[in-house]
Amino acid sequence: MLADELRAWDASAVLSSSAGWGELDLEIAAEKIAAVCRRLKEEHRFARLSAVTAVDRYPQEPRFEIVYLLHSIERNERVRLKCRPSGEAPEIDSVCGVWRAANWYEREVFDLFGVRFRNHPDLRRILMPEDWSGHPLRKDYPATAAKYNYSDETQ
Amino acid sequence: MGPQHPSTHGVLRMILELDGETVVKASCDIGYLHTGIEKEFEQKNWQQAVTLTDRIDYLCPLTNNLCYALAVEKLLGLEIPPAAQWMRVLLNELTRINSHLVWLGTHSLDLGAMSVFLYCFREREDILRIFEMFSGQRMMTSYFRIGGLALEPPRGWQAPVAKFVAGFPSRVDEYEDLLTKNPVWVRRTKGVGYAPLKDLLDQGVTGPMIRAAGLPWDIRKSEPYSSYEKFDFEVPTRTESDVYARYQVRVEEMRQSARIVKQALEGMPAGAWKADAPHVVLPDREKMKTQMEALIYHFKIVTEGFRVPVGEVYQVVESPRGEMGYYVVSDGTSKPYRVFIHGPSFGNLQGLPEMVEGRLVSDAIAALGSTDFVLGDVDR
Repeated sequence: MLADELRAWDASAVLSSSAGWGELDLEIAAEKIAAVCRRLKEEHRFARLSAVTAVDRYPQEPRFEIVYLLHSIERNERVRLKCRPSGEAPEIDSVCGVWRAANWYEREVFDLFGVRFRNHPDLRRILMPEDWSGHPLRKDYPATAAKYNYSDETQ
Repeated sequence: MGPQHPSTHGVLRMILELDGETVVKASCDIGYLHTGIEKEFEQKNWQQAVTLTDRIDYLCPLTNNLCYALAVEKLLGLEIPPAAQWMRVLLNELTRINSHLVWLGTHSLDLGAMSVFLYCFREREDILRIFEMFSGQRMMTSYFRIGGLALEPPRGWQAPVAKFVAGFPSRVDEYEDLLTKNPVWVRRTKGVGYAPLKDLLDQGVTGPMIRAAGLPWDIRKSEPYSSYEKFDFEVPTRTESDVYARYQVRVEEMRQSARIVKQALEGMPAGAWKADAPHVVLPDREKMKTQMEALIYHFKIVTEGFRVPVGEVYQVVESPRGEMGYYVVSDGTSKPYRVFIHGPSFGNLQGLPEMVEGRLVSDAIAALGSTDFVLGDVDR
């Protein structure tokens, strides 16, 4: 079992594991994510990173859950890694050094959630304009813009 | 280059550093089509959100519908009846042909072969009419809903589909007659836009570009969904990994899709087109008008929306562009908590700068076209 093999390599890296709906989901200690990713790529042949994304669990603390979707074509298996970096302005190591695919996905998480990725080659906004302030996918960011009051119209 | 440029297939902005006609450095600037669809998902209830999915990869709307519906059905534990599954496969493959026709038409238009564009769109008209027959919509069909199909398949749907399938292979022969051995086409596409398989995989590229580099990876075969395992089709591959190889792979895929549509048409099982799940799937209107429980279910589903148990799934399908995935997170309420859309074009575009650097600007146009991206699933 993949979770057991990882625990055998570094017991403190894997915080928990679950397998609902046929999908393996591992919770990884945030400081160890780059090492775990490298291990999964090199030893367990997860050559593909499908995506890096995030879920805002506000008002839970730590609020951001960074999700890594890995895929191995050889093993025909997928695994989901999750981390919860803590703090007011959470930071986590970039995995661009493991898969170049992480580049744009981490920029998207930075842009829409505000999580910084250490050692990212080019961490800047990707979808929103460069001068935007705020991180739109956060739960405390409004879903609609300022409401227009039709009675303000002068006829 | 862009965002308003006929060859960028949407609002892509490429920043090219040129030395004469040679591209020294290339980078992509995206976000011009970002409309906050992922945020919108969180505001709508589960069934309403299906209409958002069409608009993400707008050249294959039914594929988006399918991926989202499968993800939520997995969370709900719904059993989809065989007739609905086969109809989903049939329409999904028609969508694949539709998307590849648009790709072929626009790609050849960029490179100067203008008549191919018109021929491809002639076939596409037939497909769009079929979609309109089923769902009332040519493009944004939202025909696959959570629990099955939106409406019963219309009476007499078999005839136009059979006519299309009978005539299509000879049309593909026509396109091949115009392009495959055409010296201008070959000169403009062979050896252009090359990238080695290892780099493509490392940069997050998926789909026909990987198959054109030699790896026969197709999610319909490796992680089958919606009864695809019951269909007989091949996964075309090439090894040269250039624009010409990708052209060949996609043209062959069109033929294979027509093969699947024919099998679906001939073997379509009879039976229900919605799952038997009264708390999720709307009852038939006649039942709703006469039976009390049906009326109550209808009321509850339409006003409150159904609830999906707490959990998360990452469902993948093979879209015409590659791995399309929906990562759906539910918190037990009637609205999605988070939906992340893995659009294949986001990863495919990451691989583009390497294909383009060191080559001429016109090769960049050819490489762009071969990537077959749609800004909808890049930007969402």
